[in-house]
Amino acid sequence: MLSYILRRLVTGLVTLFGISVISFFIIQLVPGDPAQIQTSQIADAAVSERVYQQLRELYGLDKPIPVQYANWVGKLVVGDFGSSFHDGRRVSAKIGEALWPTLSVALLSFMLTLIISTPIGIYSALRQGGGFDRSVSTGLYMLYSVPNYVAGMLLILYLGVKWDLLPFRGMRSDGYDEMTTLGQMWDLAQHYVLITFCFTFGNLAYYSRFIRQNLLEVVRQDYIRTARAKGLGERSVVLKHAFTNSLIPLISLIGLTLPFVLGGSVILEYMFNWPGLGRLYFESVLQRDYPTIMALNFITALLVLGITFIADLTYGLVDPRISYEK
Amino acid sequence: MATEATTNATTGGAPVARSYWHITWRRFRGHRLGMVGLCVVAVLFLVAFLSPILANEQPILCRFDGGFYYPAVVDLVHQVPGTSLIIQKQRPYRLATFDFKREFDPERGDWALWTPVRYGPREIAAEPLAGPSSRHWLGTDQSGRDVLSRMVHGTVVSMKVGFLSMGIAVILGLVFGCIAGYAGGIADLVISRFIEVVQCFPAFFLILAVLAWFPPSIENVMIVIGLTRWVGIARFARGEILRIRETDYALAARSLGVRPAQLVLRHLLPNALAPVLVSVTFGIAVSILIEAGLSWLGFGVQPPDASWGTILRSGYENLFTAGHMIPPACVAIFLAVLSFNLVGDTLRDVIDPRLQAERA
Repeated sequence: MLSYILRRLVTGLVTLFGISVISFFIIQLVPGDPAQIQTSQIADAAVSERVYQQLRELYGLDKPIPVQYANWVGKLVVGDFGSSFHDGRRVSAKIGEALWPTLSVALLSFMLTLIISTPIGIYSALRQGGGFDRSVSTGLYMLYSVPNYVAGMLLILYLGVKWDLLPFRGMRSDGYDEMTTLGQMWDLAQHYVLITFCFTFGNLAYYSRFIRQNLLEVVRQDYIRTARAKGLGERSVVLKHAFTNSLIPLISLIGLTLPFVLGGSVILEYMFNWPGLGRLYFESVLQRDYPTIMALNFITALLVLGITFIADLTYGLVDPRISYEK
Repeated sequence: MATEATTNATTGGAPVARSYWHITWRRFRGHRLGMVGLCVVAVLFLVAFLSPILANEQPILCRFDGGFYYPAVVDLVHQVPGTSLIIQKQRPYRLATFDFKREFDPERGDWALWTPVRYGPREIAAEPLAGPSSRHWLGTDQSGRDVLSRMVHGTVVSMKVGFLSMGIAVILGLVFGCIAGYAGGIADLVISRFIEVVQCFPAFFLILAVLAWFPPSIENVMIVIGLTRWVGIARFARGEILRIRETDYALAARSLGVRPAQLVLRHLLPNALAPVLVSVTFGIAVSILIEAGLSWLGFGVQPPDASWGTILRSGYENLFTAGHMIPPACVAIFLAVLSFNLVGDTLRDVIDPRLQAERA
């Protein structure tokens, strides 16, 4: 077990290193550095050139790329992502602000997905080929093919604009500060509805199909037949014997999708004016804000690696047959 | 029987592979939803290809001042490179700015066969942001261009991006997948690690970061999508090659002295293609989605050119005054994604031998 963890940690570090190198060089290759963008408004050519050089020096862009990379890693080791090139604020502060909006929507949508899709998946597996199974799976399949930003546009158009039922810009209404605590909560909740729905409905089909599929495979196993043969109640057979054994692939699926949900969706957050990580990333790309882009890339990669690692470890907890010794 | 014999003679070992695809196709035809998906894909493809004679500001065929001209047909043919020298019956006197709509005079005996949608995708045809009417079925956009015409021409962008970007991805994915799967060792290690690294980024992040250093255009979008999406195919191909490498027929071929390159190309790759095809079909849907998203963000197709994403964007920017642009673009994107997903799902059912065993 310990050797497995160690081995995974080492390969993970190597991968992280690769990711940071690749993203660093891709970003540096971008024509038009932040200094250039920030000085493009200055009319006087001589002044512009002087400020440009000074900015480059300030940002450390005048040094060779490997030196810049070494500096970046050096700061990263002590947990410092540097300051934004755009507004001079700490990158960690910017990310900290954007983290909660994205994280809260992601977790909310994730919980909703599991709560809704698990019973659907189990039920349609039990009534395989029945009316419920077919109608629900067709319906969910259609939903699954609706891209989330397409749904977002339609929801904004109808629920937000035409029928004026729900807010769709940002997290808070104007005058939020003057509201009572209860009013603030209600306001926040309203703002969460549309964007959370957009993050959730696609996964719904995916997860319930996935749960159904795995359960169907497990139900055919001999030990389920044995459980039924010895007179166990259907409820116990399905929930205790079958469902728990179909959990392993579900965990790996969660491990695969969770980091990407955490990364937020650039389009959705931009569309809903949601102050999350996806929008921060998009704005940083537009502003060539290297430190913020690098930090976001790095954190996402770290999340992907970390969560897959945790998912791999949980296999052992769920399924004692899996051994980590090779 | 006769046709099989001829293919046998001309292509050598091909009939086995051919009959495999033949069987796949026959099974595919049995799936109603898959066929519906395939039909929608075919329609989208046709709309894209025929877009110049479906929506054009110039007529398909017209008589003007005693002469016959067919400007829309010329536009259609000119999609094929190199044909511009052969077919040129576009405008009288070779006037580049000649406009039939303006010069048309029925009293002189002029007549014209117009395209179903009489407006070009860039033509400023009416009041801006007008709602649907009998002249403009889907209304007009913020510059007064016909939305239906722009939808038709947006199909071209989506289909092009979908197929070409996946073409790039397939070539890269198969090459690297085959190398990793067959050669193994260091090559496998490096390629697999690299695939893992690329897959650690959410694809859209990566695409945005890369696109920031190219001027936004449809070609760059295609290339970048292709360059970021080959890793999934490579992983698929690698797995298949690893599996097939150990089969008896691969061993037989190797013991007959078939060289590695030939072994991979002739014996391993054709048998690995079916699963790859499934992921390509899904990949096309994803590419169409990414392109529309990028265009929506302003990184893809640039105005005045039309794409479903830019139409959606103009709808978003004029939410309160002109919501009519949003539903058509949404429906188009949804239909395209749904139909490619249906085809992909059906293909997977059809070629997964495990499922067939269950059904039998």
